[in-house]
Amino acid sequence: MRENELMKRVYVNEEWCLGCHLCEYNCAFANSGLSDMVLALKGKPIYPRIHIEGGEKISYAVSCRHCKDPICVASCIAGALSKENGVIRIAQEKCVGCLTCVLVCPYGALAPNKNGVMQKCELCLQNTCGEPACVKGCPNRAIVYEERGKGE
Amino acid sequence: MKRYVIIGNGVAAARCIEGIRSVDLSGEITVVSEENRAVYCRPLISYYLEGKTDLVRMRYREEGFYDRMDCKVLYGRRATHIHKDLKEVELDDGRGLSYDALCLATGSAPFVPPFKGLETVPQRFSFMTLDDALSLEKAIEKTSRVLIVGAGLIGLKCAEGIRERVESVTVCDLADRVLSSILDADCASMMQRRLEEHGISFLLGDSAERFEGNRACMTSGKTVDFDVLVLAVGVRANTALLREIGGAVNRGILVDENMKTSVEQIYAAGDCTEGWDLSAGQNRVLAILPNASLQGFTAGVNMAGGFLKFEKGMPLNSIGFFGLHAMTAGSYEGEFYEEKTETSLKRLFTKDDLLKGFILIGCEERAGIYTSMIREKTPLSSVDFDLMKQGATTAAYSAVERRKKFGGMV
Repeated sequence: MRENELMKRVYVNEEWCLGCHLCEYNCAFANSGLSDMVLALKGKPIYPRIHIEGGEKISYAVSCRHCKDPICVASCIAGALSKENGVIRIAQEKCVGCLTCVLVCPYGALAPNKNGVMQKCELCLQNTCGEPACVKGCPNRAIVYEERGKGE
Repeated sequence: MKRYVIIGNGVAAARCIEGIRSVDLSGEITVVSEENRAVYCRPLISYYLEGKTDLVRMRYREEGFYDRMDCKVLYGRRATHIHKDLKEVELDDGRGLSYDALCLATGSAPFVPPFKGLETVPQRFSFMTLDDALSLEKAIEKTSRVLIVGAGLIGLKCAEGIRERVESVTVCDLADRVLSSILDADCASMMQRRLEEHGISFLLGDSAERFEGNRACMTSGKTVDFDVLVLAVGVRANTALLREIGGAVNRGILVDENMKTSVEQIYAAGDCTEGWDLSAGQNRVLAILPNASLQGFTAGVNMAGGFLKFEKGMPLNSIGFFGLHAMTAGSYEGEFYEEKTETSLKRLFTKDDLLKGFILIGCEERAGIYTSMIREKTPLSSVDFDLMKQGATTAAYSAVERRKKFGGMV
């Protein structure tokens, strides 16, 4: 019953990341449900599903890794997180905002939206973007969407 | 065809079913469910009373789960005895269920101390099951004064859940602080303040000496008049089935990393067990949902002839009250680093070049990075721990380590 793990995921090349935070804006816009970026983002706090980490020397974008054995899914007290066809998804209507997933994700990839309900990267498969908006909009191709094996 | 029997129908049981089916698609699975319900999210019963979920959304698995898993559930039945030589479970209706592999996912039960006069209290409840929550919901009214005995996780979540639906909520506890099993005095007082701001009253370091109908007479000499009583003093692992056949039991059923008990072909998972706590380096009852889920799945895989270990259990709690979250993990051993503001508190406990545990209140961002350091026993000397103290970040790892974490599939 295990799904095929070979699938595309979002990866970041930290040597190419400029730390410009555009991915965060593109993510928030793609998931806003609005067609006008200005309306969606201007003057509002944004709640992207990807975020830039690092500091002066190094920066890189972090979003859900869609782990093989996702500890967030195992730990969710509301049965709201699940893995379907390799993609870890959240049923937001089931989430009660307990933050247990934040407590267990080793990558710091989950954060709540403005209402305290969890949200996470679902690879833009659930919105109209078609492919991950963070990847599409990255000006330096630091974020890529591809199939890879295990890390080094 | 292999016959599997699972006693219990909570999260550990559901995950055990999934574990079995990840290996064996044809074996016969029978679940003995004392509760007359499909598996639901037990920690959500307070959220149900608060109106943050409902009976449909709080299902742990979608409708049709047992059919999809080709699994039979005997609702409203209790297992009364295990005949280990016959490999048979006896049920309360006298029937016997034969097994090749058995999983005990019996959970825990409320512990009720022998309070004097408890039987004189007309409206008294435990707060463990959905049925408990539904009975409590029927009993409360806008004008109800509720007394909750026990300021632990269960008692306080209950208090939060019903606060807006009743006249008053008073919580008493023998301990001198709230959440005494996971928080020290400083941390506990932050959480208590938030609860008090929302109208919950406390009587701490005080307990009910006796009850006289709708009145509690406290050891301090105070009296509390109430309409509804909730008993949330503590829980105990349900271990009797294994204990009475001579299986190894301490505070919970002892299990190894494969979830095997000391008795041949009997496994156990979830709140009824006592398993390895890697942060403390000793066995402990870890009655938390993540543990039940991981243990249940592990038990299932091994029952069906697969090989899976679960050896990374540790205490983990993420609990919020009225928007203030407290996260705790691991063991509070060694020295600690502390950062404190008016609204937040962070404590990181370190010993022998390892992060052993933490308490975070109001600063929960990316906390899982800390948790992972405990779980993976990451040497503090291998990361920029000064950076990590400021806030949990993978940027504190070396470039090589980061490539391992982010460069490929995980």
